[in-house]
Amino acid sequence: MAQAPINKIINFSSVDGPGNRMAIFLQTCPFSCWYCHNPETIKACIHCGDCVLTCPSDALHMIDGKVVWDEDKCTQCDTCIRTCKYSSTPKILEMSAESLIKRVREVKPFIKGVTVSGGECMNHPDFLLDFFTLVKAEGLGTLLDSNGFRRFADYPKLMEVCDGVMLDVKASDPAFHQELTKADNSMVLLNLEQLLNTHKLQEVRIVILPNKPDENERTIRYVASIIQDKAPLKLLRYRPFGVRDEGLKELGMGNTSLEEMNRCLDLAKSLNVKDIEIK
Amino acid sequence: MTEAYNIVTNKTLTYQQQVIQLAKLGENTDTSIYVDPQFTKAKEEGMICDLFEGALPYRPRYIVPDYSILMKNGSAFLELDPPKDIWEATNALLIMYRHVPSVTTFPVFLGNLDSLLDPFIVDEKEAEKAIGLFLLNIDRTLNDSFVHANIGPQDSKAGRMILRQTERLQCAIPNLTLKYDPELTSDEFAALAAKTMLVTAKPSFANHRMFTSEFGEGQYALASCYNGLRLAGGGYTLPRLRLNNIAKNASSPEDFINNVLPKYASLMAAHMDTRIKFMNEEAAFFKSSYLVKEGFLDPKNFVGMFGLVGLAEAVNTLLGKDSKHGYGHNKEADDLGVKILASLDDFLSKHKAPYSENSGNRYWLHAQVGIEKDGPDSSPGVRIPIGSEPEILKQIQHSTRYHKYFPTGVGDIFRFEETWIKTPEALVDIIRGALSSGMRYFSGYCENNDVVRVTGYLVKRSEIARLEQKEAVKNDATILGQGSRDLAHAFDRRVVK
Ligand code: SF4
Ligand code: SF4
Repeated sequence: MAQAPINKIINFSSVDGPGNRMAIFLQTCPFSCWYCHNPETIKACIHCGDCVLTCPSDALHMIDGKVVWDEDKCTQCDTCIRTCKYSSTPKILEMSAESLIKRVREVKPFIKGVTVSGGECMNHPDFLLDFFTLVKAEGLGTLLDSNGFRRFADYPKLMEVCDGVMLDVKASDPAFHQELTKADNSMVLLNLEQLLNTHKLQEVRIVILPNKPDENERTIRYVASIIQDKAPLKLLRYRPFGVRDEGLKELGMGNTSLEEMNRCLDLAKSLNVKDIEIK
Repeated sequence: MTEAYNIVTNKTLTYQQQVIQLAKLGENTDTSIYVDPQFTKAKEEGMICDLFEGALPYRPRYIVPDYSILMKNGSAFLELDPPKDIWEATNALLIMYRHVPSVTTFPVFLGNLDSLLDPFIVDEKEAEKAIGLFLLNIDRTLNDSFVHANIGPQDSKAGRMILRQTERLQCAIPNLTLKYDPELTSDEFAALAAKTMLVTAKPSFANHRMFTSEFGEGQYALASCYNGLRLAGGGYTLPRLRLNNIAKNASSPEDFINNVLPKYASLMAAHMDTRIKFMNEEAAFFKSSYLVKEGFLDPKNFVGMFGLVGLAEAVNTLLGKDSKHGYGHNKEADDLGVKILASLDDFLSKHKAPYSENSGNRYWLHAQVGIEKDGPDSSPGVRIPIGSEPEILKQIQHSTRYHKYFPTGVGDIFRFEETWIKTPEALVDIIRGALSSGMRYFSGYCENNDVVRVTGYLVKRSEIARLEQKEAVKNDATILGQGSRDLAHAFDRRVVK
């Protein structure tokens, strides 16, 4: 069975899809967005060993050239994450779908389903297929939270056991998307249409930037023209918490203003989107 | 200066609170009921507590009238005809509440309000106004947080009105419970209740299936804090074993279970026997009260509540663990907790309780929530000490091992971040899971509410602030809340993010 590097498991989450859900965060992401709140999820650990030296609790050890994390000793002080120069973390559990489903079973009476997020969950499609197949057998729901860099239509088996995708559309303008995320958005926009047409678009999320009203507007107009009243839209407020220096330089230290959030909300409404939420 | 003088000159007591305390003083001058000197000694040493019930029980501690009889027949004693509309119904209830005694002098049970009032709903606007005024009247006249109303399990117009008005009024009184059964309660009604709970700290959710399996269909009510009692009956008396202190007398867990605990349990059970016999054989209440004569109560439906506090500290003392690594965090400690309860339950199953026909002729365990004088080293009932709570999933799983032992009451409280207000369905998922896994009673509130749940009852932070300025406040329980906050950090519960 395929394995995946698990960055974090939240047993009870009310903000990752309908109802109470178990949220699972996988490591590594092909994008590197200015506003990333958890940049330590972007890259796989290269086992350089720097963080082993700074851990104050003797929770990290170099064994056979690999950093091994001792969860019991860890105090979650995050010194290791601040030490790492490679957008990674040593606090990773490599888990198979079978060992992860055991954790799900423990929580089963309390949840509507699971949501796999990241990093970027679609960096681990084989694992997702195995895992969602097991989750479905438990009678629970399955959602993905994805940046859409990979074509979902190429994974028909996975899509059979996946209830839907919460898709981030970071920007509709290709050049700006490239700047914002260091990656191309043509696949994201293709996925937006294809997911909608196959009824797998759970919701679309757009991060509203504090100092780019034109980009905000362009992206909303584009997304609205596709989804209209057929899928919910979430407008997420940029917040500087956890953002790297590079992002702070571009986007600043303040939250997106409420005026800008409301302007975007009104815009989306005027474009016939029915189900809109600001977060 | 006498104690009476101190009561009369105390500026933080209202007139009504003074009357109650003076009456207790008078009651305690009598010595007709035999009290075993060993019991008195155990009380003085802090091993057993009688919760200041008074020397001469002139009524049972908790009374749970069947108010449906008032709706059907009216009351001859109260000179009330059966009500014909929503105004007469709420008015009849308000009148009767003044004539339902209890240990606090206030009624600890107000009825299953939605099923009582729903038949009278014709004009919805008018009914909602009547229910709003009814609840306001209760908060301002029955000023004691142990006054408790029930709703559910079925969704109803009256139930929704009660929830909406509860949220609007933001009152500490009455305490409120939704009898919840996922098969009988609609998801929408449950979500409305969950949202109301987050912003008003009530209702709590009771495990309807569990209570029904123990008491029978429609035969139970939640009164006072979270006390499961038989309808048309109630609780005779509630003393409690202070396990945290008793454990200090034991040399080992075995010594505790085999020798020390049985000694105190026997003393307490014998004390209960005497009081219950007195209530049935000598006191006037069961013979002369209109509640009995008109069928609102049947003495057979009363039960003796065998209380306990401080299981967590008892276990940690017996195993030499601190609160972060012991009870609630450690399998050996949790297993010992279960063993202690099983041994008490076994003891009670062998002790024949007098006048307890409909309770299997035995006493039932009650996880008492504690009082302000208990201090910080005595957690309510079987709860994990505040400040040492594990994450919510683990806390729920822990509680499910213990709750089955307590038909007459146990519960746990969770404090949530504000974001949960937007997703009450997610909270219902958690509650449904908790109850289906064996939790008996679930309470919650949001971190920054004015109305907060202290240990079992509700108080307003704003009233506590007034009490601290040495002003009298009308809610009797506020003074208890103040003590709990200071001594047991009851406001510092872990927040569920
Ligand atoms: S968070 Fe990192 S640095 Fe801190 S104790 Fe855990 S492993 Fe060590
Ligand atoms: S987490 Fe970062 S610092 Fe630690 S070993 Fe991996 S790459 Fe190096």
